[in-house]
Amino acid sequence: MATQKNAADTVYEDIPADQQSPGLHSALGDGQADPYATTDADREEGARVFNASGGDWGDLVDEATALHEERIVVNMGPQHPSTHGVLRLILELDGETVTEARAGIGYLHTGIEKNMEFRNWVQGVTFCTRMDYLTPMFQEATYCLGIERLLGIEDQIPERASIIRVLMMELTRINSHLVCLGTGGMELGATTVMTVGFRERERILRIFEAVTGLRMNNAYIRPGGVAQDLPHGCLDLVSSTVGELRKGLRELELLLNENPILKGRTVNVGYLDLAGCMALGITGPMLRSTGLPHDLRKSQPYCGYETYDFEVVTRTNADAYDRIRIRLDEMYQSLRIVEQCVERLKKVNGPVMIEDKKIAWPAQLSVGSDGQGNSLDHIREIMGTSMESLIHHFKLVTEGFRVPAGQAYVAVESPKGELGCHVVSDGGTRPYRAHFRDPSFNNLQAVAALSEGGQVADVIVAVASIDPVMGGVDR
Amino acid sequence: MSDKPTEKSAEKAPEEPKATPPEPTVDSGNLHATDLDLAAANAAGDTSPVQIGERRGMFGPTKGGDTTGYGGLRTPILFPGAAEKPYGSYFDELTGTLETALNSDGTASSAFDAAIERVVVDRGELTLHVAREALPTVARALRDDPALRFEMCTGVSGVHFPNEAGRELHAVYHLLSITHNRRVRLEVSAPESDPTIPSVVETWPGADWHERETWDMFGIVFEGHPALTRILMPDDWPGHPQRKDYPLGGIPVEYKGGVVPPPDERRSYN
Repeated sequence: MATQKNAADTVYEDIPADQQSPGLHSALGDGQADPYATTDADREEGARVFNASGGDWGDLVDEATALHEERIVVNMGPQHPSTHGVLRLILELDGETVTEARAGIGYLHTGIEKNMEFRNWVQGVTFCTRMDYLTPMFQEATYCLGIERLLGIEDQIPERASIIRVLMMELTRINSHLVCLGTGGMELGATTVMTVGFRERERILRIFEAVTGLRMNNAYIRPGGVAQDLPHGCLDLVSSTVGELRKGLRELELLLNENPILKGRTVNVGYLDLAGCMALGITGPMLRSTGLPHDLRKSQPYCGYETYDFEVVTRTNADAYDRIRIRLDEMYQSLRIVEQCVERLKKVNGPVMIEDKKIAWPAQLSVGSDGQGNSLDHIREIMGTSMESLIHHFKLVTEGFRVPAGQAYVAVESPKGELGCHVVSDGGTRPYRAHFRDPSFNNLQAVAALSEGGQVADVIVAVASIDPVMGGVDR
Repeated sequence: MSDKPTEKSAEKAPEEPKATPPEPTVDSGNLHATDLDLAAANAAGDTSPVQIGERRGMFGPTKGGDTTGYGGLRTPILFPGAAEKPYGSYFDELTGTLETALNSDGTASSAFDAAIERVVVDRGELTLHVAREALPTVARALRDDPALRFEMCTGVSGVHFPNEAGRELHAVYHLLSITHNRRVRLEVSAPESDPTIPSVVETWPGADWHERETWDMFGIVFEGHPALTRILMPDDWPGHPQRKDYPLGGIPVEYKGGVVPPPDERRSYN
């Protein structure tokens, strides 16, 4: 590496003992000295010297001294209310103008991908659903589609399971967009946008709770299908919710679309044209705001999206305002898909899990007097009648199924862009490697391009228009 | 998911068979019932699968004494090998165009053969195994040739195969062509002793953070990357966590007298 050759160029002396951090001065507090301060041992001959080198630190220091100007570098975050979680923005300011912007991430890294390598294939779903916590269904779907491709069972997924997957994904898309607009509005000072957005989101979470038992982190989509069928009366709930959501979205539109303050804050702010999007690998609403109708649901359909009637929303101004409008319009398109799903689910009955008993878990869950668990009929069978069933149940749930060696990459169109999953199997019962290409992770690279040269206040708008969720970015 | 190995293994420890299992070998001539994978691969017409490791035993714990009696079983881990022409789908056209582009570019007429080590078609996906020194030229050809036009690199993913001697670290690039609505995967390998791979940031600026993540997690040095620093782990973190020899860590959980060991010490099935 080139940086290693210059290792000896820059040597920073340790600070003298009398200039220790004032907050840890021995005269203060409990008298404990700074454990990281320079000690006498450090000054002896042969003591370890730490060289801060590499990168362009030397150039930076030279530049700063040569300019003799006051450079203000502001750390926005990682604990800043309007940076969507723990995003750290490093801004170099000249007055109110941002001259350089960099994003620092990693504050929410939880090692999900590594953890998945130590659980079996089915358990992996409960991990990946927690990555981007606003789009749990999408991680589950792309992961399960990857496993299904590795297993070679893509065409054996029951139709009803695919429809339910589409239904849940589209509801999740509305959910994610509502949070994006709601928090985005709050960051601009529009509290009502936030309350309306979260009020409408609550309706969707109610459906999720009815179907999966959980509002978020559902672990509902499983390899081979979905965990369980829709509960009784669920389709009526979805139908009535669609009507309510239409009303709520209309309210949001009236609040936002022609709002002079919103337009003043967002029009021509956070501009990134098609060439910029292509170079940075940007997908999702940001790419569609440049006029390119790229949507994986249309171009590389999965789960039967080619049979649904919907449109890809595009606009051409490539600014933050267009991205808001695209998200609003996409929610209406999602509602159209949801209605088509409801119609189909009324007609299509049958299993929601693959036939293959070596993959599908043997028991459907049911609600008993002591809470949710395996259905009583199944317990009766494995405990009373068939020992082989018991063994099979035990092996499948604890050990899991084997997936033939190989690799697959499956991408789905998440609300934020292309969400891909690269799954590698070594033929065992656990993922050898599961890597998620999270759209927020990729799209956050555009922060510099979106906000440099603009005002500090516009940085917030630009970041909000990317809609990053740090759970997905850091994984 | 957890059993209670602490008490059980304490009881059974004296009875454990002391015989050491045979050393692992890549010679697949002496395999037992084994070669379900090999048989399946042969049946599928894949005559040259690539062995990347070996699995020991059939089920039961991989650590500690073998109580199953299947500990001597050795199964090769076989990945799909090179495909034979015709590849099907758009793969023939794609590789043909790439061959023309590469060979017309350089002086040598066999530039394609030198650059592309293996063409693998598996599960409807095309994988090009690229020699690492040829990666920049291949990447540039894939992006710029009008008939290829892979304008997006949707990500870089590392994979660690500690038992594949000389090719331990893999960097896997997933490319997307919006123009032609196609995908292709590039796979580049590097030995652990010299973990360097040329960077593709010049070709696809969007690969910047993805390469940083792969450096962070696997320790692959992407030469020519403008600022290859850690991105998810703290700057002073030791080691590269996604490597297979890096432990998961974790602490045992106690509940009502029982102890649940951390995930990487629980019974695992292989």
